[in-house]
Amino acid sequence: MGRVVIDVMPKPEILDPQGKAVVGALPRLGFDLFTSVRQGKRFELEVAGDVTPEVLEQARKAAETLLSNPVIEDVVSVREATGDTAGAQA
Amino acid sequence: MKVGVVTFPGSLDDGDARRAVTLAGGEAVALWHADADLRGVDAVVLPGGFSYGDYLRCGAIARFAPVMTEVVRAAEGGMPVLGICNGFQVLCESHLLPGALVRNDHQKFVCKDQRLRVEQTGTAWTSSFTAGQEITVPLKNGEGGFVADTATLDRLEGEGRVVFRYLDGNPNGSLRDIAGISNDRGNVVGLMPHPEHAVEELFGPGLDGLGLFTSVLSAGLEAIA
Repeated sequence: MGRVVIDVMPKPEILDPQGKAVVGALPRLGFDLFTSVRQGKRFELEVAGDVTPEVLEQARKAAETLLSNPVIEDVVSVREATGDTAGAQA
Repeated sequence: MKVGVVTFPGSLDDGDARRAVTLAGGEAVALWHADADLRGVDAVVLPGGFSYGDYLRCGAIARFAPVMTEVVRAAEGGMPVLGICNGFQVLCESHLLPGALVRNDHQKFVCKDQRLRVEQTGTAWTSSFTAGQEITVPLKNGEGGFVADTATLDRLEGEGRVVFRYLDGNPNGSLRDIAGISNDRGNVVGLMPHPEHAVEELFGPGLDGLGLFTSVLSAGLEAIA
């Protein structure tokens, strides 16, 4: 079973109120080294077989048409998961 | 004249929108998101609410509902389409209107009576107003900030497609105080505040919202005549 990971981030020029809220909360917990936070989305798409070039191509298309809105977001990366996936199942 | 109102899972202003159509003198027709059928209506309202798929982005999955294929086709053919709040978001996700709606800049849900200026009376939904008329309708949203790149904003302003603008303070961080816009033909209009909540005495701040619904009825009559 293969897994594709897609990262989507708000465009740099778009205000990210969620990130702003997080950066405001960090110092209250003693994390005082961070001056900015941007919050994005990570998608994990599973396929029954291997992650072939065709699978990646379809994932890329899905990322551009449904998983992101190009007006406000950038698709940062579309890649095969390499075992670092937090949501990985045995 | 028949005006269809689409119900998505999570729509909560569909009944109010149908009532507004009726009070304006039109025939309201309930449309279901999963039906690829507009039931012969002359105009469509996408009401406010919380559409399924808002988990991804507001309106992102509602955009792919079967009824939306028909709405997009009809809108491109000139049928009047009004998107209110979540409906506005669905229109942006459908690319019938440019830009996108993002979380309010102050991160809070806002619910208040909102003053607006009618900037454009040349649309199917605003012909009953006078240019520059100031109206008050309820506003309630968490993701109501209208954004687009500078070139798009300039084009909207230059082509007279900013239909409504916020007065007395910007409630959600919308760029250039934009509360509503139209497509280039003026048959598709999206706005964040809720005119369907200002159509009856004793409910809401007044009757200022009725103008949108009477506008489309007169636009329909002109088309018939």
